[in-house]
Amino acid sequence: MQALLTETFLTALLFGAVTAGVPLLLAGLGEQISEKAGVLNIGIEGMMLFGAYCGFVAAYYTGSFWLGFLVGGLGGVAVALLMALFCIRLGMNQIVIGISLTLGAEGLTALLHHFQFSQSYPRLDAAPPRPIPLLVDIPVIGPGLFQHNALVYLALIAVAVVSWMFRHTYIGLNLEAAGQKPAALDTAGISVDRTRTGAVLATGFLAGVGGAYMANVGAGLFVPFMTGGAGFISIVLAMLARGRPLWVLLGALMFGVSLALTTAFQVAGVNIPTDVVQMLPFAMVMLVLVIFARHSGLPPALGLPYVRGQR
Amino acid sequence: MTSGVEASTPASPARPPAGATARLILFGVLRTLLPILLALLVGAFILLLLDADPLAYYGYVLRRGLLQPSGLQETITRAAPLLLIAAGLIIAFRAGIWNLGADGQFLLAAVITAALAPELVGTLGRYPTIAVCLVVAALVGAAWSLIPAFLKARFGVNEIITTLMMSFLGTSFANVLIKIPFKDAATTVPQTETLAVADRLPRLGDTTINSGVILAVIAVLLVHLLMTRTAFGLKLQIVGANPRAAVHAGLSVAKLTYATFALSAGFVGLAGAVDILGVWGNVRNDWNPAYGMLVIPIVFLARFHGVAVIGFVLFFAALQIGGESAARRVGVPTFYVLLLVALLLMFLALVEYLDHRWRERTKA
Repeated sequence: MQALLTETFLTALLFGAVTAGVPLLLAGLGEQISEKAGVLNIGIEGMMLFGAYCGFVAAYYTGSFWLGFLVGGLGGVAVALLMALFCIRLGMNQIVIGISLTLGAEGLTALLHHFQFSQSYPRLDAAPPRPIPLLVDIPVIGPGLFQHNALVYLALIAVAVVSWMFRHTYIGLNLEAAGQKPAALDTAGISVDRTRTGAVLATGFLAGVGGAYMANVGAGLFVPFMTGGAGFISIVLAMLARGRPLWVLLGALMFGVSLALTTAFQVAGVNIPTDVVQMLPFAMVMLVLVIFARHSGLPPALGLPYVRGQR
Repeated sequence: MTSGVEASTPASPARPPAGATARLILFGVLRTLLPILLALLVGAFILLLLDADPLAYYGYVLRRGLLQPSGLQETITRAAPLLLIAAGLIIAFRAGIWNLGADGQFLLAAVITAALAPELVGTLGRYPTIAVCLVVAALVGAAWSLIPAFLKARFGVNEIITTLMMSFLGTSFANVLIKIPFKDAATTVPQTETLAVADRLPRLGDTTINSGVILAVIAVLLVHLLMTRTAFGLKLQIVGANPRAAVHAGLSVAKLTYATFALSAGFVGLAGAVDILGVWGNVRNDWNPAYGMLVIPIVFLARFHGVAVIGFVLFFAALQIGGESAARRVGVPTFYVLLLVALLLMFLALVEYLDHRWRERTKA
């Protein structure tokens, strides 16, 4: 146990927790926007995965990490467009479509990967870190928290922006109305469908960027099925955060720690089967749900398509 | 709370006038075949884009999965676990419960069966061992759904998320079991001890098909009768269609929720046992056939109908068996089947939507 408290272990744990937590944070924020507007976005796993693939391809061929994040976001938006078309425009079952989008993204990206990269498994160079002056010199915490890719700090700013949007703008109010009482929003002369479509597209972008970060910065390469349930975990994060972005951040860090334990243990030379460590985040979700289940909150109109005049 | 209400109540139109019956049947066939054709067509385009020959691929899958005797036997064998999972999902979906955790329930039951069977067979003999394993597997599956059932019954927590999480958890847990407590000491790559072929489920005549498929067909038919012909099934369907109305009718929604989860996951557990006792004999490290996700669209295609689902399961089993072999011969990996399933599910929803719109218009 002595080895667990060394500086290298703690630094690796913190660094890994942030790296693993950022995709969850972005996707969780996105999911929160969707859920607020009354769309249960089960397809978010597919949006992350497709974003990861598109982001990797863009970064691999252009060599630009920023272009990778942008294209990853657009990949997420592409899947989100299908979700918006089928579930919001046409009012089809959100769960069936969500599952099929996730399965489709899994199949398509694995297939494309097979034909493009399965011979060579190309890797990207390590992402350039953007250390924050002064803070980075703090022992343990400095290299663990303040020496990340610039996107990490942008993700933190996104928490503040989404929080401000929910509290202080009409967009936030409209989103809330679309989830709580869509008919009221409609009566006020604002299109429920358009509000929800915007929310789903924003989710797609954030989830796609999160996926691209996972592939390009976290792993350095694309592997089929690499999101491994991160999208579903982000749904739980959003559910338990009850519309408060700061709680998504806290939750994402917590799950980031449990995901980072695998690598940190390896650094410390502790030999635990990876399968045991892989169980941690999911076991934690269930534990959190059992303890806090009565406090999880979802909007009443969640999952239901809006049809004018129908009760 | 469940947004699946719309999909989970099977269409039950008023009795049509005699002349319209033929047209209704025609529409039923069309509603079913159209999504399949569209999915195969779009899939063919994707194969073309990837520089593969769709006709060669589909032709190969058809020959290998259905037309060759050995392939057909493999297809029927594969149908057994798929049918048992379908039986479990039909119960859940009809009761408005989205059990999406079949993969974890299946795998854990399979691993426990694989560990138990070689231990028991020495003392109990072949048939008692099989019987004990089937019961234990069903219990293991049901146990793995207990937490989602509790969270749903007590706090109304969305079971889609909880069953999925338990599925990921179960998949990793199964691997831990294979690597540590149940590892066969005689092998280097982690796997459980192998059950001798002579101790597995008996085969049908001279074929390679094992009797698991008979069990599966009986199970799915029983489930169909249970859901459509008994008071218990009716109660479950009421809970699925409208939980509030069920409370007003004096039904104990919590108890029925537990029962639904236990039955559904129990059948999925049986599927795990049948696949191990009939086909594999052991579980290897990282083995996860992910049948659960495949069966979901099949059950939707069959509109939760226990007889119709048999045909669709055979179709998909052929697709899978053919696809697995095509991965080696034609060079199109099995991921393609996953893509087909997704396309199928999407087109199914689209055709359903158009059909719904058409009905609305003719009513008005």
